[in-house]
Amino acid sequence: MTMNRRAFIGTGVAASAALSAPMLNAQGKPRVVVIGGGAGGATAARYIAKDSKGAIDVTLVEPTRSYYTCFFSNLYIGGFRKLGSIAHSYGTLASEFGINVIHDWATGIDREARTVTLAGGTVLPYDRLILSPGIDFVEGAVPGWDTTAQNAMPHAYKAGSQTELLKAQVEAMPEGGLFAMVAPPNPYRCPPGPYERVSMVAHLLKEINPTAKILVADPKPKFSKMALFQEGWRNHYAGMIEWLGPDFGGGNVKVDPAAMTVDIDGTVENVDVCNVIPAQKAGRICDLAGITEGNWAPVVPHTMQSRVDENIHVLGDSTDQGDMPKSGFSANSQAKVAAMAVRGALTGSKVFPAKFSNTCWSLINTDDGVKVGASYEATDEKISKVDGFISQTGEDAALRERTYEESLGWYAGITEDMFG
Amino acid sequence: MPIRLSGAIALSLLISAPGAALADEIGDAERGAEVFDYCSGCHEVGKGAENGIGPHLNGIFGRPAASVADDYHYSEGLERAGADGLVWHLDTLDAYLENPKTLVSGTRMSFDGLEDPQERADVLAYLRKFSDNPQNIPEADPTARKPEVELSPEVLEIVGDPEYGEYLSSECTTCHQSDGNDEGIPSITNWPEEDFVLAMHAYKREIRPHPVMQMMAQRLSDEEIAALAAYFADIQ
Repeated sequence: MTMNRRAFIGTGVAASAALSAPMLNAQGKPRVVVIGGGAGGATAARYIAKDSKGAIDVTLVEPTRSYYTCFFSNLYIGGFRKLGSIAHSYGTLASEFGINVIHDWATGIDREARTVTLAGGTVLPYDRLILSPGIDFVEGAVPGWDTTAQNAMPHAYKAGSQTELLKAQVEAMPEGGLFAMVAPPNPYRCPPGPYERVSMVAHLLKEINPTAKILVADPKPKFSKMALFQEGWRNHYAGMIEWLGPDFGGGNVKVDPAAMTVDIDGTVENVDVCNVIPAQKAGRICDLAGITEGNWAPVVPHTMQSRVDENIHVLGDSTDQGDMPKSGFSANSQAKVAAMAVRGALTGSKVFPAKFSNTCWSLINTDDGVKVGASYEATDEKISKVDGFISQTGEDAALRERTYEESLGWYAGITEDMFG
Repeated sequence: MPIRLSGAIALSLLISAPGAALADEIGDAERGAEVFDYCSGCHEVGKGAENGIGPHLNGIFGRPAASVADDYHYSEGLERAGADGLVWHLDTLDAYLENPKTLVSGTRMSFDGLEDPQERADVLAYLRKFSDNPQNIPEADPTARKPEVELSPEVLEIVGDPEYGEYLSSECTTCHQSDGNDEGIPSITNWPEEDFVLAMHAYKREIRPHPVMQMMAQRLSDEEIAALAAYFADIQ
């Protein structure tokens, strides 16, 4: 096998050369600080701690004690999961992997001094910093809406209380009422997410309020798994869902949260529930760190290092990396590449070429699961899609059921991979 | 332990190259914008592009041949190619640009072809910008080529390196739980190495049907499959 490995390293990526000199730390163990405890951050922290076997000091900064995964939160809305089943704590990362978990907000980053300041006043020095803060919303993206209106018109695009609120509002709709969704422009977290949500709201309404209607205003002419969702909507929820793309004014939307109205291209609708999913950008700490260009943080594909600061790695939704969709699976995949690069830089461990993959499962109705996925590789320019697959329209029920069961297995797998 | 493949799997198929191979990038879009001067007499691309002498080229990646709606009239040759299932991907577009008449007899595209592979790669990179982006629509066409290599019998006698397998296993454990739990997704721990290797090669050659596993296996070299088999065989 040594022969194979030598050949392997010989053809390794250019990035490994840059990482070949381990950093020495006068204070002792090298220090890694991870900001954000989701699919990117929790995975990175766990893999660095696990694989360095105590040689690296890992601190994870995450404001919430209970983390609700955004993936599968739509299934809670549809009644397929309890909210508690998508909540996870950081106990195992602390107890079993020795990660120093701090529940606080990161409020500032000094890139010169290599320190992170927390809201509580703590200052954390780092040798490498990993930012995985997820998304924030672009201000003014939907005229009439800002985060102060999120109780009247929830976004439910960061899981937890927002998801709970949206479901409660759907359950409280008057008979035959109207649910509206303002869908986001590209790029955004979880490309099929809004449409899985429409499916789950329709599933819930069909059970409790079958004459209710769903209206989707969308600035995009095409969306992920479009043919699969539209087929499912026709089959399961005939006459319930109306989707307005940009040709029908779906890109020209204003809302009035006080009056509970939505203005689509000049036509004002009274709505009972309005789910506003605004345009998105990198989590705010990326802006504070000064590593964003436009709305996102550009990264080097081979290592997930910021293109602005080589001591910072960025993961998941916040990145501008190329072809990978902004998904939990992608963030988890990127985290493992970053963890390997960080260990290589700090302890001189072997660095293998980066490989990335993603699969997104969506549920359309009971036992009607679909998926789309792809493999990716790092090029100097971007993370490039190499190959992919997608569920087909007209698949038989047994395959769709199997796909759904597979998604349950994936959920169990990735959450174990993140939280231990 | 040397791995012996049973007769169930043919050895002569073309399979993907080892993961260590460098990406075969599709070229430089900026240079491609200049190469597109050859095309712009007949084709428009970008915002507001319309059909002219040739059809517009927005969204061409992943599009069946001869499928631009509206009022564009294709040659019979291209119509037939489209009906036969020709879809525009990196490889088909590359062949078409190299010599249009080789791919589609009777095409009206009066273009002698681009001999230089780099020029073709560059102009395809440029055109790729005007098709769906996988980040936004994950089912969009690939932007990188799959490298291919011939499989030789020697590589099947590889003894897997469990340490390397441990690194590679992080791709598996996003779905397959390392504690062997098999809820919804099968357990892959503590398999006999030979069974593991046979199963992975069967996915790699698309003899086993699962699309996720086919995709994952096709990216693994023979060494990597052996390494994974060795790692998962002994995992506690």
